[in-house]
Parts: sequence; C-alpha cells; structure tokens
Amino acid sequence: MIMKEHAIRDTPTLSTVTEKISGAEAIIKCFLAEDVDTVFGYPGGAIMPLYDKLYGYQKELKHVLTRHEQGATHAAQGYARISNKVGVCIATSGPGATNLITGLADAMIDSTPMVCITGQVASHLLGTDAFQETDIIGISTPVTKWNAQVTKAADIPKVLAKAFYIAQSGRPGPVLIDITKDAQFEEFYFAYEKCKSIRSYVPVPDTDLQTVKDAAHLINKAQKPMVIWGQGVVLSEAEKELQLMIEKAGIPAAWTILGASAIPTSHLLNVGMVGMHGNYAPNLLTNECDVLIAIGMRFDDRVTGDLSRYATQAKVIHFEIDPSEVNKNVKADIAVLGDAKNTLGLLLPYLEEKKHPEWLAQFNALYEIEVEKVIKEDMAPSVDGITMAEVIQQINLRSDSKAAIVSDVGQHQMIACRYASYKQTRSNITSGGLGTMGFALPAAIGAKMAVPNRDVVAVIGDGGYQMTIQELGTIFQTKVPVKIVVLNNEFLGMVRQWQQLFFDKRYASTEMTNPDFIKIAEGYHIKAKQVTDRNDLAGAVEEMMNSDEAYFLEVRVQKEGNVFPMIPTGASVSEVRLQ
Amino acid sequence: MENQEQLFTISIYTENNIGLLNRISAIFQRRHVNIESINGSASEIEEVSKWTILVNITEENMKKIIGQIEKQVEVIKAYYHSDDETIYQESCLFKIESDLLFEEPQIQNIIKESNARIVTVNKEFFVLEKSGRRSEVDLLYRELSAHGILQFNRSGRIAVTKEPMEISKMLEALNS
Repeated sequence: MIMKEHAIRDTPTLSTVTEKISGAEAIIKCFLAEDVDTVFGYPGGAIMPLYDKLYGYQKELKHVLTRHEQGATHAAQGYARISNKVGVCIATSGPGATNLITGLADAMIDSTPMVCITGQVASHLLGTDAFQETDIIGISTPVTKWNAQVTKAADIPKVLAKAFYIAQSGRPGPVLIDITKDAQFEEFYFAYEKCKSIRSYVPVPDTDLQTVKDAAHLINKAQKPMVIWGQGVVLSEAEKELQLMIEKAGIPAAWTILGASAIPTSHLLNVGMVGMHGNYAPNLLTNECDVLIAIGMRFDDRVTGDLSRYATQAKVIHFEIDPSEVNKNVKADIAVLGDAKNTLGLLLPYLEEKKHPEWLAQFNALYEIEVEKVIKEDMAPSVDGITMAEVIQQINLRSDSKAAIVSDVGQHQMIACRYASYKQTRSNITSGGLGTMGFALPAAIGAKMAVPNRDVVAVIGDGGYQMTIQELGTIFQTKVPVKIVVLNNEFLGMVRQWQQLFFDKRYASTEMTNPDFIKIAEGYHIKAKQVTDRNDLAGAVEEMMNSDEAYFLEVRVQKEGNVFPMIPTGASVSEVRLQ
Repeated sequence: MENQEQLFTISIYTENNIGLLNRISAIFQRRHVNIESINGSASEIEEVSKWTILVNITEENMKKIIGQIEKQVEVIKAYYHSDDETIYQESCLFKIESDLLFEEPQIQNIIKESNARIVTVNKEFFVLEKSGRRSEVDLLYRELSAHGILQFNRSGRIAVTKEPMEISKMLEALNS
C-alpha cells in the first residue's frame, strides 16, 4: 500500500487573514469560519492544547461540557437534526475517541452532518501503544463518511474545510478528524479557504430530466398512487415541494420514522407512518398501490418487512440522492437521482391535477379500523394504568403541537412517533437506523441549544434514560431548559413485548429495578414531578410546558402495554397485526 | 445469471491517500464477501491509484458493492468486469535449490515448457518467475513441488480491460 500525506486539491474560494498561530487556535478559527457557534465535548490529555485555546474564545464559541463523550455526539446530532447545521464535538484520544463511536454510527446511518475532532498522541508516538493511544481512524472508518489524521498544523485548515464540506454536502454524514498533540502546538501561517468541491466526490448526482418526465407519466396514469417519504425530504428542505406535489396529484402520502413532521399530521393526504409499528392503512395499502413513489427514503427492513412480498404489484419510482441506495433493497422501475428539493421541483409542472377519492377513502376506512382496534384503547384506556399514548396526547395539547419531540428507542419511541401531532418540520428527532438507547437526553440538550425559542421535549423510557442519565449534569450546569418525560413501565418494554409475543413470555433480563428518578433529578437541582394517577397527568404536563427551566416528569405507565400495529420480523406488510 | 456467483475483476481508481484500503475492504467485510486477491499500484493517471480486486460473487451483489465503493469520498471511479472482458495475469516466484537445476533434467524441461524465466542463480538457489493465468501458475507449482520448492509467492490478479476505461476523460473534465 502506498502511503502519502493527504492530497487535497480543492479549489480555493475564500481567503481570510494570514497570521502565525498554533494548530489548536487554527481549529477554532476554522470553526468560526464555518459559522459554528456551539461545540460539545470533553477534555483530556491529547486535546488539551485545543481546550487551552477555547478558553480564550469563550465569547465567540460556546463549549458545552457533557458528562460523557457519547453524550457530546448525541447532543451534536440533536443540534444538527433540528437546525440543519453541522453538529461539532470534541474529544481526547483513546477512551475519549472510542466513546464517540456509537454517536458516529448513529449519525452515519441517519445521515446527520457532524464533525468530530479527536486529540491524538504526539506524532512521534503513533503506533507505539502510547498512553491513551488508539487507532481511531481505523476504528471509525466504517462509521464515518470520511475521516483523516492530521500530523502537521499546516494541514489543519484544508482538512477541516474538507471535513465541513463533506459532512453537510450531498447525503450528509459524520466526519472524524484526528489531530496529533504536536500538530495542535505547532505554529504556522493560518489562512482558511472554504472547500467547494473535491474531484473524486460527487455529492449530488446529475438529474436526468427524462427520468422526471417518465416518473410524471407513470404518476399521471396511476389509479392508486402512494408516496412514502423519508428524511431525504427534510435534509434537502423539500417539505414545500412534497406538499405541492401530493396536493396537485392527489396522492396519499406516508412517512418513515425519520420523515415524520415534514408534512403536518393534520394534512388530509398524510396517511401516517409505514413500517413495523406504523399505521395500519399505509402498511396494508403498500401492497395494493399501483405506483409507489419513494422520496428520500432507503427501504429499510423495518419499513419493508419481507422484501419478496413487498409492493410487488406496484411500479416503483425512487427519488434518491445516493445512487447506491437505488435497487439496493427494492428494484426501482424509475430512479430519479438528485436532491429531492430539485427533483420534486422539476416534477411539479409535469404532473396533472388529479384526485383519487376512492383510493383515499380506502386509507380512511382502514384508519377507522385502527381507531377501533388500537387507537381508542391507547388514547382513552378502559383500564386504570396510564398509557404512553395518553402522555403524548397531553404533550400535543399543552404545546399546541409545536414542540420538537426527541424520543429515545423502544416502545415509547414508536408511540411518540405514532401519536405526536406535528405542525412544523424538524419536530421529530429520534435514533432511527441505529436504534441507540440513550440518544434522547443528550440529543434534546443539543436541539434546545440550537433553537432556544422552540420547546424541546425529550420522551424517554426508563431503560434508555439510565444509559445517558449523567447528562442531567450538563442540564444542571448549562441551565438549558429542556423538558424530560420518562415513561416508566419498569421494563425494557419493547424487548419484553417481543418476549411476550415470540418467546413464550420468558421475560429474561427485561424487568428493571429502578432508582428514585425524582430524587436523582432533584439531586441535579432540576424541577421534578412524578405522576401515577391519570387525573394528575394533564396538570403535570401543563406545569412542565409552562416551566421556564428544565423540568423532569416521570409518568408511571402500564407495565405490560404493547405497541400495535405490528409487523412481526420476516412477515409481509400485508400481515400487519392489530393485536 | 444475476444470481449465480462468478469471478469479477474490480478496478477502483482512487486518490492516493492513507486509510483508503481500509475503507474499501470494510465494504466487503460488512457483506461477508471474501476477497480472492487484491493488488494496489499506480494507474495510468498521475497521482491516481488503482486497486484490482478479485471476488467471487453474484452480479446483483457486485452492482451493490460497486455503488458502495463509488460512494466513498476518495474513490474516483469503480468498475467491474467478467473474465472475458479483461486481459489478466498473475505473477509468481519460486525459490528452488540450485542443485536441482543441474542434477534434475526434468526441471530444465519444466522451465522451458512453462515459459518461466530464471531471475537469478547462485550456488544455493535459483529463482524462477512466471506470469500467466492462474491455471498456468498452478500447473507449474504442481510440477515443481514434486521436486521441492524452498519458497513460493504469487501476486494478486492484475488486469486491463479490452474496452477503453473512460476514467481519463472523466478526470480531465473534473480537473479543468
């Protein structure tokens, strides 16, 4: 293998002042040049030169000290997901760096723009098993869109420019830059030029207009067209184009978990969520539509169920920015490559104004069945125990459906996505692809810091909460006014549900003996309340939403509530179960 | 045909950067695909590396893997070809005791018939080099092993395509 310093051949576009500074200070100047206002991190030996310089830039750059590096990554993700900006985090070498891996993997699979800076042992120690040395480039390779190690200060501006460009262009993703301690100390003449292109990298493939016309032709002819949109719509800010498209062509539109909130819940053509715990109608009718229009989604197995019995009757049109996603899981009859905002914009004039009232009525009829069999009992239970859905409903009511809901992973996540009513986009932040328990608390911190004027409510299970519970310390220290709702059923509920349904109720290691969550919150001086009685729920949620400070609300919910509808693993979307 | 495993020669043109091999090999590892051989070298384009990877795989999966390889930031272009679309060779070296060369008439015949080339000879050993297809190298190995081989090493496949690669034109456009 031939090895060489990073060859960077980007075209310079924007020059800034030239002065001799340290590599560490250069990192900060790069951040500022990229309009970074907040970074999340945790100091340590190999990153100390950078922290020393951060001390002098406290006015320009806010550093949020999380309680664990994983928390820093999820906070950066929350920050990025709600604002469409790059999330930035910093960690030291060795354990600091390895603690980033879960967040990187999460950001990779959920296409979140993130730049992580890790300190590394001095370059003369590389490969010697030095104290806190780890091969973070090797470890992070499969979970980063790009990564690079810097051993010379002079390389910092170009590598960081490239990092920010790669993280946010095309299909976004996480980038990790590992910088040796000596490169942080080394002084050089600093100049920054933003990266605008890289010759080996095509962020957005060219759109072939003929594919757009072909797609329009197919949609215009369709009797039972159906849209499934994903996060690509949110990432390309194509919400308006999507809404215009479905309205003009009269197409019922469903969403994947990461597509949630791109179109208001109350929109008549919004027919709900697809997938394992999605709504009844869009799952069943996926196998009845004649044209399936997938927009910015990747046919994840949690969406499709058994692929061999997925939409085989339909012509599939795939609007996609990443060519490697086309035909990966579901064969596309027409693939429209490009950025969704652009391709949907191109499509609009070719669409005929249509309505499909009978087809839409099929969705509504199936929704009524779901209401009868599932939603009624979820929303207005006939038994004593509070359901998770009731809590989400209260959050909708008390926030006028304007809060951003940051959910963790498990039953409460599915319930939150099913029952949250959204009025504005980027209101659903959750770990979709990786399913990272512990995501929500730090992600909510980052989200609230990115958009302080929005209400941010973290909805978390008692299991996931305890995976990153230490971030209460970050909330206490920064006074960030996030609302935290823990839906406590004293079980790892989703695993328990599977054990009940598929493993003969053998509840192996899913029952949790939990601590006093109120005392823990109060230990961090966070306002806290516990609700065990349905009659107290509305008032408590109201009090939480009205609080100007951080607020912790624990709701004791039914111990063995289940999430339905459900498509069991390996089943077809047609086999979605209501009980 | 799409669902039958067959040998494919993958040609990947990349920037010449540290860590890229790791990034590419990880794509095969994730899908539990064994790499039959891999060769990294300079390409016909200055400062552009070329990786030649041999895998046994279905064409359907081959297409998916090519997509995931091309998606890597520092990969310029990736292609896959079947055997009849390429001219390919492997190269190998045999180290053999010198006595055999003089005492074993068979050895000289084998060398002549196989079109192998003697690279060096000294008192203790001689080194034989052979380039060709896998079957030719394998045959030579079998014949020589009857007499004793001190060391043997074979390279990965290297290949050029019968049709022109469009990469040079593409790069010209990118660099302009």
